[in-house]
Amino acid sequence: MTRPRLTTLAIIVVALAVVPFLGLSGALLNLMIFMMIIALAAQGWNILGGYAGLSSFGHAAFFGAGAYAMAVLQTRFGVNAWIALVIGIALGALVGAFIGFLSFRSGLKGSYFALITLAFAEVARILANSWNFTGGAAGILLKLQTGLPYLQFADRRYFLLVALGFVAIGLVVSWWLEHSRFGAYLVALRENEQAAQALGVDVFAVKMKAIAISGALTAAAGCLYAQNYLFIDANVAFGSWISIEALFAAIVGGSGTVLGPLLGAIVLLGLGDLTKSVSGGIPGMDLLVFGIILVLSVAFSPNGLVMLMKSLGLRAPAKAKEA
Amino acid sequence: MYSPQIVVEALLNGLMLGAIYALIALGLTLIYGVLHIVNFAHGALLTVAMFMVWLACARYGLDPYLAILFVAPVMFALGYVLQRFIIGPASHGKDNGILLVTLGLSIIIENALLAAFQSDTRTITTDYSFRVVELGPLLLSFPRVIGFGVTIATTLLLWLVLHQTDIGKAIRAVAKEKLGASLVGISVPHVYAMTFAIGCACLAVAAGLLMPSFYVSPKTGAAFVLVAFTIVVLGGMGSIPGALIGGLLIGVVEAASSLFLGDSLGQIGIFLIFIVTLLVRPTGLFGARA
Amino acid sequence: MLEVNSLTKRFSGLVAVDQASLSVAKGSITGLIGPNGAGKTTLFAMVAGFLNPDGGSVRYDGRDITQLAPHVRARAGIARTFQIVQPFEGLNVQENIAVGAYLHTADANEAMRQAAEIARRVGLGADLAKASSDLTVAGRKRLEVARALATKPKLLLLDEVLAGLNPSEIRDVLPLVRDIRDQGVTILMIEHIMQAVMNLCDKVYVLSQGRMIAEGEPRAVCEDPHVIEAYLGHGAAERLRAEQAHA
Ligand SMILES: Nc1ncnc2c1ncn2[C@@H]1O[C@H](COP(=O)(O)OP(=O)(O)OP(=O)(O)O)[C@@H](O)[C@H]1O
Ligand SMILES: [Mg+2]
Repeated sequence: MTRPRLTTLAIIVVALAVVPFLGLSGALLNLMIFMMIIALAAQGWNILGGYAGLSSFGHAAFFGAGAYAMAVLQTRFGVNAWIALVIGIALGALVGAFIGFLSFRSGLKGSYFALITLAFAEVARILANSWNFTGGAAGILLKLQTGLPYLQFADRRYFLLVALGFVAIGLVVSWWLEHSRFGAYLVALRENEQAAQALGVDVFAVKMKAIAISGALTAAAGCLYAQNYLFIDANVAFGSWISIEALFAAIVGGSGTVLGPLLGAIVLLGLGDLTKSVSGGIPGMDLLVFGIILVLSVAFSPNGLVMLMKSLGLRAPAKAKEA
Repeated sequence: MYSPQIVVEALLNGLMLGAIYALIALGLTLIYGVLHIVNFAHGALLTVAMFMVWLACARYGLDPYLAILFVAPVMFALGYVLQRFIIGPASHGKDNGILLVTLGLSIIIENALLAAFQSDTRTITTDYSFRVVELGPLLLSFPRVIGFGVTIATTLLLWLVLHQTDIGKAIRAVAKEKLGASLVGISVPHVYAMTFAIGCACLAVAAGLLMPSFYVSPKTGAAFVLVAFTIVVLGGMGSIPGALIGGLLIGVVEAASSLFLGDSLGQIGIFLIFIVTLLVRPTGLFGARA
Repeated sequence: MLEVNSLTKRFSGLVAVDQASLSVAKGSITGLIGPNGAGKTTLFAMVAGFLNPDGGSVRYDGRDITQLAPHVRARAGIARTFQIVQPFEGLNVQENIAVGAYLHTADANEAMRQAAEIARRVGLGADLAKASSDLTVAGRKRLEVARALATKPKLLLLDEVLAGLNPSEIRDVLPLVRDIRDQGVTILMIEHIMQAVMNLCDKVYVLSQGRMIAEGEPRAVCEDPHVIEAYLGHGAAERLRAEQAHA
């Protein structure tokens, strides 16, 4: 297994934090912010889909919960942006617990779990689209107010730092998973649920925790999305595009690894942007490339880019970690 | 409230739309029953078939029902190639791999169509698109009546193929006992690809039946995919009669819920059925125990 | 320590276990033998909580555990191995065992340390970093035992841990089983290899077609005509006795 050190993670985060201050164009800065938002959503997906092996096709449910919490709380109830952010994240965990409770109680996994999460996200999308409280089909426009208390910045580099901060939290959570009992249990139930039970693992409880953490992280991405673009509607917040990008980034980068989702988000969105500028406005070309990369990576590098890079680079002799 | 006549008409039209749903689900459930995979690209492949029918009609002036005769073999070949040379090898035989490869394929197809045809919706008009059939006091949409009839005929044909032909017997053998079948010399990859191909050919028929009264855009198939999965799960994954009955049922439910809840909320009924079935009875109404 | 009372399990028509009872004394090695398909593994699965019985009860340490989930039973000190080994494929040997060790410690370093120690005890000391899928059959069986041991069980259920091993490997494992018992773990083992049963077990139960047909000292049980017939078919006991008389 690849287990980066905390110092490696710190270096990566600091490097990413320095980049925007080296004189980045506005467009590149926006792309980087978007990369961080998708990376965060993918980190959330990775906890459940990567470590616990429960592939969700409906992480939009969590992303949308965060985005709508952020938008509705601020516009309708005048809640402070930071408080709305916290509530949005909590709501993501709650939605995760709700979907998890129903699905895991019925023992759903594999394709059944993928399908039911997709259905939940679709139900949420239709409801948000037809309910006045959530702005209906017109969506919700957030007010432009810059300043730290509003979590909006005249200089967008600071928003990037906030997003990066969350990605750093995501990295630390994944790192912790790889060094904790909880993480070992997640991997154990992914590999063999029965054997895990025989060793005293409360499979249901572990899955519940995983989906709550996963939902919280992806909801945080939704919160940041709403706050960055200042507009959401049902198709943006609960649309299948975000479920797919979260899953793609994690899998292409390396599912069940600490750095995979971040790496995947950067590579995918970078390539997508490149395709868009090369193909010159033909719609769908970036997603077409994503699809091809996904199929290729499942076919030729099932363990993702992180592992690919590892096996191409220095092949460190595997050594057991004995205390 | 609506008059009983309107309600009955709506439900009957729903029933007949459900027949076409059933046809879409038929391919999906067949593929699941034999390959034990969830083919996520099924909706996108339906879109491909619908575009082919549209092209045949709009460019070459063919009748959409007639176009089925040309589109079905093409879809059959496409299905064979996809399974034999892409899905099979790329997924390394792992469930998760198949799920992801077919998801990737659906995105590739959808966006390739988007690049080629833009996101406009396209329709074809035939002189019977809006014709109605009078059944006593009831008015039924002509294309749907045809759709209903052809679906029943296709299901019977499929049943015959599965039970009377060599390839059908091979398919059923592989579905039951993969290892045993390969031991007696049946090529499992070939049978898998043939099954996938038949599933795709069913989509071609469904596309021909849908086009006179429906539209197509690159995203059309995505709207059908969860409906088709709902039917398959409701009818029992892998069960052909289950898919037929499930399809009819879902057609009626959709008609009823859009009559009473409006079009956009009406969709919710289907998803809720899907969720509840998965949670309460994942083997479906008619499926054998998993 | 363990009391199984008229446990029954049906699989759509087939009665796999039919009112079977047994009891395991604390500190003993008890054997469970029987022909293929007798229902031994099914009985184990009910004792460990993986299958719900259709009738009967399981008592452990004086309390009724029939309704408890498998992980709860594991926490109460019941560990099992699987006849068809079930390693965590993506994990190496040490990590596999550590999953068991985590039952009593949340500390990762401590769990890994205990895992290494147990690996040495079962003879996997040199394979700590090996992928579990790279182990030999014998290695995988040892891994099953090691993982179960890591949970510090009071009652260990071993399902054919010797099957598939060659005679010299079997000779290596026998002392291991005895050693585990000597450390205070009560053992109930399913075994086909009679040499091992004779060697290890204090008491043996014989299951045939779901029914418990004999129990007692290993040697006495093996001479029981019912048992011989169950294994070798109807009339076999007669023939054997006749042959012995001739010899
Ligand atoms: N999940 C199941 N569903 C249906 N039948 C089962 C199931 N598990 C076991 N059986 C049947 O129950 C009977 C008992 O099986 P079991 O595995 O308990 O036997 P066993 O004594 O362990 O045999 P062996 O020595 O071959 O391991 C067999 O006929 C088997 O086919
Ligand atoms: Mg057995």
